[in-house]
Amino acid sequence: MSLALQTFSTVKDANAALRAAGTRYLGGGTLVVRAANEGDVSVSSLVRVTDPGLSRIAVSSGKARLGASVTMAAIARHPELAALAPAARAIGGPAIRNMATVGGNLFAPAPYGDFAVALLALDATVVTEDGETPIEAFLAGRDTSRAIVTGVGFALPMAKSFRFLKVSRVKPKGVSVLSIAALLELAADDTVASARIALGCMADRPIRATAAEKALLGCTLTPREIAPALAAAPQGTAPITDPIASAWYRAEVLPVHLGRLLLS
Amino acid sequence: MAKVPVQFTLNGSEKAEFIESGTTLLNALRDKIGDTSPKGGCHQGTCGACSVIIDGELRLSCLTLAETCNGADIKTTAGLAEGGVLHPLQRAFLDAFATQCGFCTPGMIMAAKVLLDRTPNPSRDDVVEALSGNICRCTGYEPIIQAVLTAARANSQNAA
Ligand SMILES: Cc1cc2nc3c(=O)[nH]c(=O)nc-3n(C[C@H](O)[C@H](O)[C@H](O)COP(=O)(O)OP(=O)(O)OC[C@H]3O[C@@H](n4cnc5c(N)ncnc54)[C@H](O)[C@@H]3O)c2cc1C
Ligand code: FES
Ligand code: FES
Repeated sequence: MSLALQTFSTVKDANAALRAAGTRYLGGGTLVVRAANEGDVSVSSLVRVTDPGLSRIAVSSGKARLGASVTMAAIARHPELAALAPAARAIGGPAIRNMATVGGNLFAPAPYGDFAVALLALDATVVTEDGETPIEAFLAGRDTSRAIVTGVGFALPMAKSFRFLKVSRVKPKGVSVLSIAALLELAADDTVASARIALGCMADRPIRATAAEKALLGCTLTPREIAPALAAAPQGTAPITDPIASAWYRAEVLPVHLGRLLLS
Repeated sequence: MAKVPVQFTLNGSEKAEFIESGTTLLNALRDKIGDTSPKGGCHQGTCGACSVIIDGELRLSCLTLAETCNGADIKTTAGLAEGGVLHPLQRAFLDAFATQCGFCTPGMIMAAKVLLDRTPNPSRDDVVEALSGNICRCTGYEPIIQAVLTAARANSQNAA
């Protein structure tokens, strides 16, 4: 392996260094160092930033801001981020959670990216030096984005309005068959007033289940009323095939697991 | 490739080395410093055999670049025994036949140590969760889980 690591104290200097060919940002390294160990020679140089601001978690007046270097373990144990703890805890084993960052998860290809699925359902914004981008647009353009992500921001979900489910074959740790995050607001009569549903492994990156979201509006969360939303859930998906499951299998089981999540 | 200096504390003693930039902590420990207790099973983050404790947290040394550990406090299984007396976890692993080929053992013991440091009386589920990033091809896991629970009981009896 021949890799060179460059360390910077500011994002600005690191962004400048990242313009060189073969250079990539180093978050927790669980994907990028792994690729280098595996013989990926497309990366010859890694860049990291030691600014402690990137590891900061700030929660105030219902809003959360997570620095890009915040780890899954830090999220899982933060008392004010309890709503997100199930998503953070679903990632890897304990050592991976101590290393895996929020920033890296935004770039993780399926079957990874479970935390990004949660952030997509929460309609997070992704922050770089150039400004803020809605997560949906960010994910769509991530293959060509070079700028260092400095953090993500989102409104903390109200109790019980946010649900997360990761389906894996190996318990308690295992790569996703799929993951689902849902942000649901219920009206006074218990019908769904708004729904935002994000899916992992149902494309090469997290995507929204827009057809299911629409079909849920006005429904109560009963098996009969959610049936059309479940039937619509695979619309627009292009699930991945990997050693964990085929695309066909993922599409078949998505409605089952979405149903369980909605009725839970 | 340019050499870079790294300096950290390993099992209580100061280490300083010049390494090639981009060297993983696993390779630096094994090939440069001579601590072969962390094992290289997969170099992919999947087996946990390379687990070490960095500043009190369990980490995979195969995915950690040594240069990022400057100034860190690193612990490996090689540093657990004191004056020839095995650590309670090591003793329990031997007694419970929780080590067969032994390749996973140092990683298992590191994962178990961070658990017991924080949760001295863990439940079985806590143990399973703590070891969930470590793979063993020999024991079937049950002896390992029992060894960790036994070590926890031994610790709490000593403390009482
Ligand atoms: C054994 C194992 C199990 C895993 N299990 C899961 C799992 O269950 N769920 C899951 O979602 N993932 C899983 N992963 C994948 C991975 O650990 C996570 O997705 C993690 O969040 C990636 O973050 P990282 O900081 O380690 O990324 P890195 O490896 O550091 O980076 C990944 C990519 O993102 C880029 N990048 C990172 N941070 C930034 C930034 N701030 N700005 C710009 N670019 C950036 C890097 O340049 C690189 O291209 C697993 C990995 C392993 C090895
Ligand atoms: S060698 Fe590091 S996890 Fe397998
Ligand atoms: S004892 Fe052989 S791999 Fe665990």
